[in-house]
Amino acid sequence: MSPEPPLLSVDGLVKRFGGFRALDGLSFHLNPGEILGLVGPNGSGKTTCINVISGLYAPDGGGVRFAGRAIGGLPSHRLVHLGINRTFQVPKPFLSLTVRENVAVADGYGRNPRGPVDIDTLLATLDLRPVAERRAAELNSAQQKMLDLARALATGPRLLLIDELAAGLNPAELDRVAVQIKEIARSGVALLVVEHLMGFIGEITDRVIVMNAGKEIFEGVMADAIQDKRVVEVFLGGEDEG
Amino acid sequence: MPRLLRHTLLILLPLVAALALAPALYGNHLLLFNVIVFLTLAQGINIIYGFTGYLPFGYVGFFGAGAYGFALAVMHLHALPLVALAAGGLAALLLGVLLTPLLRLSGAYFSIANLAAALAVLQIVSNPALESVTKGPYGISLSGVFDPALAYGVALAILAATTFLVIWLRHSRFGMALQAIREDAISAAMAGIDVVRGRVVAWLLAALVAGLTGSVYAWYISVFYPETVFGGEITIFAIVFALFGGTATILGPILGVVILYGIYNAIGISAPQYFQLIYGLLIMGLVLFLPNGLASLLRRRGIDVP
Repeated sequence: MSPEPPLLSVDGLVKRFGGFRALDGLSFHLNPGEILGLVGPNGSGKTTCINVISGLYAPDGGGVRFAGRAIGGLPSHRLVHLGINRTFQVPKPFLSLTVRENVAVADGYGRNPRGPVDIDTLLATLDLRPVAERRAAELNSAQQKMLDLARALATGPRLLLIDELAAGLNPAELDRVAVQIKEIARSGVALLVVEHLMGFIGEITDRVIVMNAGKEIFEGVMADAIQDKRVVEVFLGGEDEG
Repeated sequence: MPRLLRHTLLILLPLVAALALAPALYGNHLLLFNVIVFLTLAQGINIIYGFTGYLPFGYVGFFGAGAYGFALAVMHLHALPLVALAAGGLAALLLGVLLTPLLRLSGAYFSIANLAAALAVLQIVSNPALESVTKGPYGISLSGVFDPALAYGVALAILAATTFLVIWLRHSRFGMALQAIREDAISAAMAGIDVVRGRVVAWLLAALVAGLTGSVYAWYISVFYPETVFGGEITIFAIVFALFGGTATILGPILGVVILYGIYNAIGISAPQYFQLIYGLLIMGLVLFLPNGLASLLRRRGIDVP
């Protein structure tokens, strides 16, 4: 038990879409510098969880606390100013703006507590320096994902929610992304990573939460998760499934 | 900001100087005045459509609200023209505030709702039951404040301020934030931008521009009917001019007005049937082959259009 309260604590979170409970009492916490993996079958509520924490949806029950403050239902831009940011499964950069302008907007409006970022350095760490003056529309999908990450990092987040950044990347790109994510965490940022690639999750995370039907069914390290009977059942189907 | 200064000196100054000198060289002052009106309205469309992506089919509603705000202040409050001008701007701003819920809609739904709103304002203004207030359908006469020379100068000042606003948007952080919102509102929010505030500010700026233009138009012509200042063709012209040249640029709407309004006046009045044919074909060609206007032709060749 660490004496410091966690940076993010999610407590009994509920999100309904009509009669469907996408989140059904989800609870977990996350500490600074930690990489927490969020895994589970399709439709288990992983992206919904990120959408609620990042202010896209207001929660229908339960609470989200960030740095000791209840943040459920705050609009996204306010959450960005508090130090929460995210990447998108399908990145939607500002297509008609240049790569540099994309990052400059986030730098200008993100209220980074460490002051304005050095855009060239940030772009260089994400391999975007050579395309800095191109329009975002001209980038390939891997580059657009990196630009989405650059947009998030420019705001100086303390909590970064990463939604399937690795999907669609080739093995060399995957290795680079893994290194980059670990480096971000080393700088003290708390990371919540949603991913389908279990090898990737196992390599980068300190801890994982396995979700099913809107709630957590396992919490611990990845190596134990794959031994857990409930987890195996959720992913591969149980004997009693008809 | 050197680019702000450069574009002010190279675009705004020559434009204003040319239009200030033109009445001395060219006899048709009404035509010159209309050029100023459409230059201002096209830049107003540029602010709301070019920078936020909302296409207001009822943009003329703000123009008409401005004209009637001006007229009512003159008729009922005996206000001086410059005070009445402020009243016209305020009327358009109030209409803009009233219509902010429309910004929840997007695409064609927004455009149609805005068109309906403008028609509703026209119906209210031209209601015979309101004759004692608005003169209903019988029209307005403001002969007491008729001063076309001064009105021309004021219209030019409004055009200058509007063009400067667009130059500023083109080069400012706020203008870039608006373009980010236009491209993707969710990503923009995750860049820390207050999306609702950005949209409302752009919307009200566009409303104010049209309101002031409508006010000065009412002052200049001084005799008009509701249909004169709420006519749908005013919106259509402003939109087509802005789109033809290219939105989210400074020069695009200016080129659009100079070229298309030029064609309109060259052949539209002498041979209206050919004009309508050419104009119709032009708009179709534009939508099909050049949706981002003339500016995109140059941009494709790597030339940055200011």
